[in-house]
Amino acid sequence: MSDAFVQLSDVTLMYGKSVAVPDLNLSIREGELICLLGPSGCGKTTTMRAIAGLLDPASGSIHIDGRDVTRVPANKRGIGLVFQSYALFPHLNAFENVAFGLRLQKLPEAEIRERTEAGLATVGLKGYDKRKPAEMSGGQQQRLALARSLVMKPKVLLLDEPLSNLDARLRLEMRTELQRVQKETGVTMVFVTHDQAEALALADRIVLMKEGKIEQLGTPADLYARPETAFAAEFMGFENIFRVEGSKVVTDSGTLELGFAPASPLLAWRPDGVSVGSGPHQGRVLATSFAGAHREYVLDTPLGPVKADAAIELPEVAIGETLAFDLPEATARPLSA
Amino acid sequence: MNTSSRLLANWVILGLTLTFLIGPFLIIILAGASDTSYLAFPPEGLTLRWYLKVFTVESFRASFLLSMALAVFGTLAALLLGVPAAYALNRYALPGAETVRTVVAAPIIVPGIIVGLALLRYLVVPTGVTVTLALFMAHTALVLPYAVRVVSSSMHNLRADMEEAAVLLGCSRFQAFTKVVLPNIRGGVLAAFILGFVTSFNQVPVSLFLSGPGVRTLPIDMLAYMEITFDPSVAALSALLAFMSLAIVFVAERLLGFSRYV
Repeated sequence: MSDAFVQLSDVTLMYGKSVAVPDLNLSIREGELICLLGPSGCGKTTTMRAIAGLLDPASGSIHIDGRDVTRVPANKRGIGLVFQSYALFPHLNAFENVAFGLRLQKLPEAEIRERTEAGLATVGLKGYDKRKPAEMSGGQQQRLALARSLVMKPKVLLLDEPLSNLDARLRLEMRTELQRVQKETGVTMVFVTHDQAEALALADRIVLMKEGKIEQLGTPADLYARPETAFAAEFMGFENIFRVEGSKVVTDSGTLELGFAPASPLLAWRPDGVSVGSGPHQGRVLATSFAGAHREYVLDTPLGPVKADAAIELPEVAIGETLAFDLPEATARPLSA
Repeated sequence: MNTSSRLLANWVILGLTLTFLIGPFLIIILAGASDTSYLAFPPEGLTLRWYLKVFTVESFRASFLLSMALAVFGTLAALLLGVPAAYALNRYALPGAETVRTVVAAPIIVPGIIVGLALLRYLVVPTGVTVTLALFMAHTALVLPYAVRVVSSSMHNLRADMEEAAVLLGCSRFQAFTKVVLPNIRGGVLAAFILGFVTSFNQVPVSLFLSGPGVRTLPIDMLAYMEITFDPSVAALSALLAFMSLAIVFVAERLLGFSRYV
């Protein structure tokens, strides 16, 4: 790709003798906010460490901004990394934490002061100069770590599970904060997460990874609406995934007649894609819970449990009673095997 | 056991502990102040004569300086070896790391008499190193276990990603160590220094074997002095040394909460 700002070509990453990531190819555009998404052990953090230079690829090459950095050591790559643990320096106050990298460059004191203060202001930590990391809250530590990387004006800013250590309210706040900072600075961001909601909310593009390989790559809208594999579908909230034989869906428990014959070997429905209240099939309610805008049901069907969301206007059906449902063609997502 | 007898047992144990810890110390202080020409306890009359005489004995002065030099430079050398060793043991999954830990601890596990004899027989005699150098090497080895242990424990909570963060901000690996690791283990290093200093300064069995004509550490010199002269000045000197150790530990505790590391 010609517009690639970060380019990984046939990169193989190993831990000792075991291959963590085989032959990875990935292009990241300038100014993009890209997310590496996947369960733990899928190679997302490993890939990020390779971009940072903390892990040397066993083979392949990494280009950043047109330059081959495969053999460039981490401290000469000009890449920022916000660690999951923040990795702040406990013996330094907030100001000195942020100024740390600038001091290494032996910049004039006035410039260090100016850039550090601007960095602290960018993340909303103005006036916290003298605080030690231990005297700051989790959210503030997160911002401090972000500022420490940002003042270095990195070519690429990497973030390892940036929101996972924060509580739900702070998480939302930091999400918008990250987007704002990204728009303001225009820095290319790569962040790693296992939380698909986070990825969908933040990313320009999502790289879904499984066992060291890219399972699917696309915009959040793309991935959300059109997962291509069972793995991707499951990650994107398609909780009902069934094998197809002719015009029937089949599980180990039984079969169900669809009324149409899809071409793909697998079909998936989100809970809100299963229609309830009317339909040709019957399911016994196993569990029900109120979720604000809708009501969630788990139905016992010939296929085994099926998850279905019902509009809140429909009368509640108690556990043990039966509910009519349908797996409509319109909301079915065809998947490759 | 009922409550009152358990309470009584506690007081007895506490009393015995204090007696055996502080008792000898008090005896030495008082014996050094006895107004007699021989070591006596309880003291017969009180005088500061022996405390003052300590400073006039020429061999005490020389051996004090040697012991000081051994304690300071031996401990510094041990830290120079021990801090990197502790770092490597903590950071890397080294093959045989447990073995290294055990070997490093050997000088405090093996009786000093054996270490001293072994060094004399297999280091000093065959190689003919000078007595001072042999003492320096021996004291370094004896202090090394403390250096590795104490520094290790202060390094234990230091996460590797802090150094990686420093590297990504432009540090070399070595700079990351000096700018991030060292400042955060400073307390442990100082604690190791004090512990090592006291250990080296009070060392007897190993120094006994390695001391030669005219080159004696202070404790050995005191032993030699007692063989000839039996006046209370040795007791006075012991009391002064005990006060010095106390002062060091007191200052260390005040400055950096020494007891957290030991």
